[in-house]
Amino acid sequence: MSLRERLASGGFAVTAEISPPRGASTAKITETAELLKPSVDAVNVTDNQGSNVRLASWAGSLALLAAGLEPVMQMTCRDRNRIALQSDLLGASALGIRNILVMTGDHPKFGDHPGAKPVFDLDSVQLLWALRAMRDQHVLLSGRKLDPPPDCFLGAVENPFAPPVQFRAERLGKKVKAGAQFVQTQFVFDVPAFARWMAQVRDLGLHEKCAILAGVGAVRSVKALDYMRDHVPGVEVPDAAHDRLRNVPPGRQAAEGVKLAAEIIQQVAEIPGVAGVHLLVAGNERAVPDILDGAGLKTTTRQNHGR
Amino acid sequence: MTAAPPVPVHPRLGVRVAYRLQQVLRPNAGYRWLSARVEASGPVRALFTGAERTTKTPVFGCRMCGQCALPATGYVCPMGCPKELRNGPCGGVGADGSCEVYPERRCVWVDAYDRAASQGRAADLRLLHRPIDHRRWGQSSWLNYWQGRDDDLWTAEP
Repeated sequence: MSLRERLASGGFAVTAEISPPRGASTAKITETAELLKPSVDAVNVTDNQGSNVRLASWAGSLALLAAGLEPVMQMTCRDRNRIALQSDLLGASALGIRNILVMTGDHPKFGDHPGAKPVFDLDSVQLLWALRAMRDQHVLLSGRKLDPPPDCFLGAVENPFAPPVQFRAERLGKKVKAGAQFVQTQFVFDVPAFARWMAQVRDLGLHEKCAILAGVGAVRSVKALDYMRDHVPGVEVPDAAHDRLRNVPPGRQAAEGVKLAAEIIQQVAEIPGVAGVHLLVAGNERAVPDILDGAGLKTTTRQNHGR
Repeated sequence: MTAAPPVPVHPRLGVRVAYRLQQVLRPNAGYRWLSARVEASGPVRALFTGAERTTKTPVFGCRMCGQCALPATGYVCPMGCPKELRNGPCGGVGADGSCEVYPERRCVWVDAYDRAASQGRAADLRLLHRPIDHRRWGQSSWLNYWQGRDDDLWTAEP
């Protein structure tokens, strides 16, 4: 069952995320795919995450397809203009990559090439809009006709916790209007704040047009949590989560992180309108089966055929 | 696009005054006539464009993209966003409302939301802004606005 079908059927979807290697090999991706295959519906392949050069997301996505796991190809606005982005969608669709996750992208300042030209020719709303028009109206941004049109399932991201908080659900509303069919959120550590955002999402009726996947991550240590808080833009870590990890000895922090993630999944799954979870576990993929077991989500029933 | 990279700027003009000016500057037959006359002459057009730059740069941090979004953003310039986002904030805004790239500055969209909401105009931020035309950098947005070339910059429904 594809991610699109899983969400259409009303099933609880599970996606995860991998960060491709800094090197010219997909062996690591294939290895991780084998590990994740039984547990998840689809896996994001990041697009030069944190503005650091990695193997291209389209190539990583093809490697996942070859390994029998459905990819979600991330596409940021940071490095490519409207010509390259539209061209990439055509290429991805032609080669069987169906899920496209559109995001603004981190600023180059945060990566390994801080002097790079930030492109940002389109923003995420405009890119979603353009990709949907390519698929549904068979036209490019220029108005030129396409034949045949791409087949794609369009996703977006949202950070429910970043200011202006009152505008965050409406911002998702803009993305839904532009074409988003599913959304993956930033890390949820603060469940009550996430529930408040979800209430606004339901008030706007967005959950009926767009599947909401809550972002949940397992942190391996207090150190990892601190790094995330201090170096990953847009991540807020409440003191309660921090205290919880700090109060166990270093050797047991990874297990506590898994337990915390499982509990958060159980809590967000109870919130009306939540269609699934997105596991932010890049680099910690081995924790996925344990997290899902802890959350009571069967990991053996998911069969992935990719394409 | 231009030489200097974008930096968030807090406008030096109160939002209430800005919205009042918006009423005064709305396109009409007079402005259409005036802008057509200004455009007819190269030197006059250059002078007028220079006047717009001189006025808007110190007040709004205007970078002369030539397709002004200010009326729909609480009169905070979105082209000051380091990512030049015209449809709202990115996900990296700090908990205190700071820009992720310039932490000592406020995110232009946090500023825009507060200013628009303070005047009952928060709904403006729901408008969908189309991609900009990069050929227009350096042009006068006032002339483009009065000549109706800006009518398609944003829309309520795609």
